[in-house]
Amino acid sequence: MIFWLEAFASFLLLTGGVFILIGALGMVKLPDFYTRLHAPTKATTLGIGCILVASVMLHALRGEGLSIQELVISLFLFITAPVSAYMVAKAALQRRTPFKEGTVNEEMSKDILVRRAPKG
Amino acid sequence: MLKKLFPMPLHSVLLLIVWLLLNDLSVGHLVLGLILAISIPWVAAPLSDPHARVKKPLHALRYILMVLGDIVVSNFEVAGRILRSNKHLKPGLIALPLDLTGHFPLAVLASTISLTPGTVSVDFSEDMKWLYIHALHVDDEHSLIERIKTRYEAPLREIFAC
Amino acid sequence: MLTTVLMIVSVMVGLALVLNTIRLLIGPSTADRILALDTLYINSIALIVLLGLYFASDMYFESALLIAMLGFVSTAALAKYMLRGDIIE
Repeated sequence: MIFWLEAFASFLLLTGGVFILIGALGMVKLPDFYTRLHAPTKATTLGIGCILVASVMLHALRGEGLSIQELVISLFLFITAPVSAYMVAKAALQRRTPFKEGTVNEEMSKDILVRRAPKG
Repeated sequence: MLKKLFPMPLHSVLLLIVWLLLNDLSVGHLVLGLILAISIPWVAAPLSDPHARVKKPLHALRYILMVLGDIVVSNFEVAGRILRSNKHLKPGLIALPLDLTGHFPLAVLASTISLTPGTVSVDFSEDMKWLYIHALHVDDEHSLIERIKTRYEAPLREIFAC
Repeated sequence: MLTTVLMIVSVMVGLALVLNTIRLLIGPSTADRILALDTLYINSIALIVLLGLYFASDMYFESALLIAMLGFVSTAALAKYMLRGDIIE
């Protein structure tokens, strides 16, 4: 039983590591700022979620009781990730950070800049 | 009188619970936690503005579980797109017409969109009737809008009853 | 088994930190750098939690919590600064 729990925790840890790595890979590889924005808000958040859940399990296995700190950290990260993504995206738009060529509806960025309803 | 002493009773209880979970369960921490749980709302209450309350907690719980599931699925999708060549990528901006109203429900919707399938919310229009979204890959604009409206906006309207 | 897995995952997260640092250095825009910093701090939380598991110590969580809070506040502050564009308006 304990072996399988440990195996599951290891699996979660590895999944988390892979997602964090893929997120970082996306940071380097993706073509423009706005696509890069997707990497940390998703891949990294799930990666860290996996690692924190594994941490909760391992703590319980060691007989140190249910440690709630990890849950507080993951909850905090899940709440703040979209907020910081939103703020950085808004700031980048104000600075006219260029879009990748061939972005669908690129002209819409002008509407967003002055916060008006889209034309047409 | 009681209202004055505890302006935010739910927050006070939550604060005490979190304090006790973060530290160990002892009399000292209980007293310190109680002091903090009572005094922090005194400072914080004037700052909070009235917002829409959750009308259906059970629906809210189901919504949270659904979003957690979607986060996992969307991550595999995004991971796949990252590992494939950039040439296949077709990012785009989308304007989502909103039926939902109120600052808090809209904030929840925007955060959900940021956390799920290949979409990040960028900004609202001034009149709060449009939400601009950046999508990592746009195949069909209308089906994406339809998906977000039925999957996330409709349950949120039910939860907040607006 | 667990020690080996922890080692492997730590290497992965370390590699991720290097990749983020590359993005931090090459930019090209300020927004990219802020984003890279944001990801860097989230990844460092992962690394700290892994270290805490490796050494079986509770002390690391306090620092992870602190980094999570300060990281968010600094990202928010940087984004706000970028929005205004200038320190003195």
